[in-house]
Amino acid sequence: MNSSASVAEAPTAPVLPAGSRRARLAARALQLGLLPVLLAIAVIVFASLEPRFLTTLNATNVARQLSFLAIVTLAQMAVLLTAEIDMSVASNIALTSVVSSWVMVEVGGEGLAPIVAGVVAGLCVGLVMGLVNGFVVALFGVPSFIVTIGTGAIAFGLGLTISSGSPITGLPADFTRELGSTDFGIFPLSFLFAAAALLGMYVLLNWTTLGHYLYAVGGGESAARLLGVPVLRSKVLAFVISGVLTSVAAVLLTARVASGEPNLGTEFLVLSIAAAVLGGTSFFGGEGKVGMVAVGALFLVVLSNGMNLIRIASYTQEIIIGALLVLAVIVDRVRARV
Amino acid sequence: MMSVDTDRTVLQVTGLGKAYGGARALDDVSFDLRAGEIHALLGENGAGKSTLIKSISGSVRPDTGTIAIAGHVETALTPAVATRLGVGTVFQELSLVPQLTIAQNIFLGQEPTRGSLLDKRAMQAGAVAALARIGVDLDPRRRVTGLSRAQMQLVEIARVLHRDSRVLILDEPTASLSSGEADRLFETLGQLRAQGIGIIYISHRLAEVKQLADRITVLRDGRFIATLDRAEVTDDQLVRLMAGRSLDQMFATVSRTPGETRLRIDGLCGPSLQDVAIQARAGEIVGIAGLVGSGKSEIGRACFGLEPMSAGTIEVDGTPLRRVSPASAMRRGLIYYPSDRHAEGLVRTASLGENITLAPVATGMMSRLGLVSHRSGAARQRDAIDRLGIKGRADRSIMELSGGNQQKALLARSFARDFAVHIFDEPTVGIDVGAKADVYAHMRTLCEAGAAVVMISSDTEEVLGMCHRIYVVREGRLVAELTGDERTEDRVVSAFFHSTDSESDPT
Repeated sequence: MNSSASVAEAPTAPVLPAGSRRARLAARALQLGLLPVLLAIAVIVFASLEPRFLTTLNATNVARQLSFLAIVTLAQMAVLLTAEIDMSVASNIALTSVVSSWVMVEVGGEGLAPIVAGVVAGLCVGLVMGLVNGFVVALFGVPSFIVTIGTGAIAFGLGLTISSGSPITGLPADFTRELGSTDFGIFPLSFLFAAAALLGMYVLLNWTTLGHYLYAVGGGESAARLLGVPVLRSKVLAFVISGVLTSVAAVLLTARVASGEPNLGTEFLVLSIAAAVLGGTSFFGGEGKVGMVAVGALFLVVLSNGMNLIRIASYTQEIIIGALLVLAVIVDRVRARV
Repeated sequence: MMSVDTDRTVLQVTGLGKAYGGARALDDVSFDLRAGEIHALLGENGAGKSTLIKSISGSVRPDTGTIAIAGHVETALTPAVATRLGVGTVFQELSLVPQLTIAQNIFLGQEPTRGSLLDKRAMQAGAVAALARIGVDLDPRRRVTGLSRAQMQLVEIARVLHRDSRVLILDEPTASLSSGEADRLFETLGQLRAQGIGIIYISHRLAEVKQLADRITVLRDGRFIATLDRAEVTDDQLVRLMAGRSLDQMFATVSRTPGETRLRIDGLCGPSLQDVAIQARAGEIVGIAGLVGSGKSEIGRACFGLEPMSAGTIEVDGTPLRRVSPASAMRRGLIYYPSDRHAEGLVRTASLGENITLAPVATGMMSRLGLVSHRSGAARQRDAIDRLGIKGRADRSIMELSGGNQQKALLARSFARDFAVHIFDEPTVGIDVGAKADVYAHMRTLCEAGAAVVMISSDTEEVLGMCHRIYVVREGRLVAELTGDERTEDRVVSAFFHSTDSESDPT
């Protein structure tokens, strides 16, 4: 990694501990190599234990689960890049589901009108949550961890209030059928949404000024500000991206379960953080790649799908996912030190 | 020159060598320290100073050579063993726990106990004694949070000495002190010298090394160059030993061709500024000198919206800046280079190249409709690396580069667009002589291309060497404006401390 001209200075660079070259290589390997290896092991283990694992039906299942998680993980990633965190994604899913369903039922009738109204209302939930989270965090400089726990609680409570705590049923059949159950070959429609989100995020992060700003703000907020980066706008937009993407996933989920659920999506908070960090997104900001994040999400989905197939109890699965999250954060920390 | 009085030698380093990969950080370096002496270690960044002191303090294991501390030759020196043998090191990054009190910090890890409870009385008394020993009058019950940087440093020294150190190593202790605070530190070091402590003193500042040290050892490229008695050296000689070039060659001679006024500050007031008026013309380098805390840095920061202003105007090429922020100032053609590379200057997680292109991206010079052109980015990176002589590939992590190269990466934002005004805040702090010369040459290039260059600096020597016109700031006011023959060290320094005569009235 060192060019010959720069080798001479390595020993005096202040943050570089002595003899860290091997450690750095190890960290690079951890960062890039470990996850695909884990994924391969998981696939091999599940395939050998359970013949149903490698069927096209199951592939469609995995693709559907992956599409929801991938979208929410990309949402979480946008915020993590700026060295913030969005703890409100799960409640956002629940409130979006309730609001979009409620609007569809209230508008009623046949055709596209109720569906469009419901979907737009649902996306507005994410937009508003993103704006509120972003402005509170960026304007007042309060920790996003606390702010988004608070807004998450508000959203969750609102969802319960609007729905009176029970599922909203009677959604338009076109909505649940087309958005929830259409498949293209082995790929469900939601997977195409996820692919589009992935591509969009890739372009955003690598080819747009906003993408550069997100990395810069997370890597050094003051330095970015002095370079002329609009820090406030970048942070607000990160939360808006998070809110809206999460709502997209929520609408797709709602179509899938065919009702507005005030308890929808609770597992996505832990999963989205775990997938992002497993995929190499730094908890400390400024680092993360879209492709790796998608692999992180895929790994978690394969893991939970496989564990379901070999009948590992869901409580046990919870423990395993939690342990993985802690492990991923440790790896992240070790990497940050190197 | 290397005669050693063995009776009083507390530290003897012989033939030390250390290589990282293929790079030799230390090559057959010998060094000795006597009790009751201040021995300065001089050299550019990369000369091997830090590897040498890390070897002595046990955190780096040398490949060859021996280190004898108070007669013990230790082959397996670890930080714990070094501490036990009486080596205490105060690094630039202080290691105090801000939430704890001074006394708790001094005793951290060695708390006195009675039974199984803390003996708070002994701690208090011990802390008072430790502070008194270095002539510091601080209440040990105070928390470290509220202390100034200088006070923290003194507490750290007290802590090190409390562990019975015979050898005290100080790594650039004055880098962030005002000159008043530095003088206090020198006094303390003088007392310690009288108590028989051997002190290794690392600094880039020739003046204080000459003032303080008994002997001076110069390293270059990991090799021992010379150990000299203070009395027998001149500044020029030291610079030549360190860099292989002399002092005169360091400062770029910049021809002065003042054109139209590009920066005009009038009646600037703020929390630490009062009625400041400054102008800088095209083709001119203007210095702002003053002590740390005088408000000189705040003038530059106010121009960039980093310091609140209650009154006054800032005009760039005749257009006033309103509601100024870094982004809006840059759009108007004014750029400020912060003094603190790590806190404000660089994006730590990014590569060298990304740090270079962020400014052109942010000022919209590298994108169309929000889309970034990577091809023009790569070209800009190559160009900046080339023009500033940065040693390092574009994809290297910025934190792996030396201080001088990091500073140059910070300065690369001057190529983002054609700026009218460049304001440099302490542009050469903590960088080596070679990088300094490159920074000066860069300023000359900007100036000769028709920009107005403002240099804010605590280093009087560089202000005198580089600037056509010098403003001196004290307590938030301009107290002198010196041009032509008035630019002498005496005039500048006397203005630091008291108002000069009427002719230097800034208006």
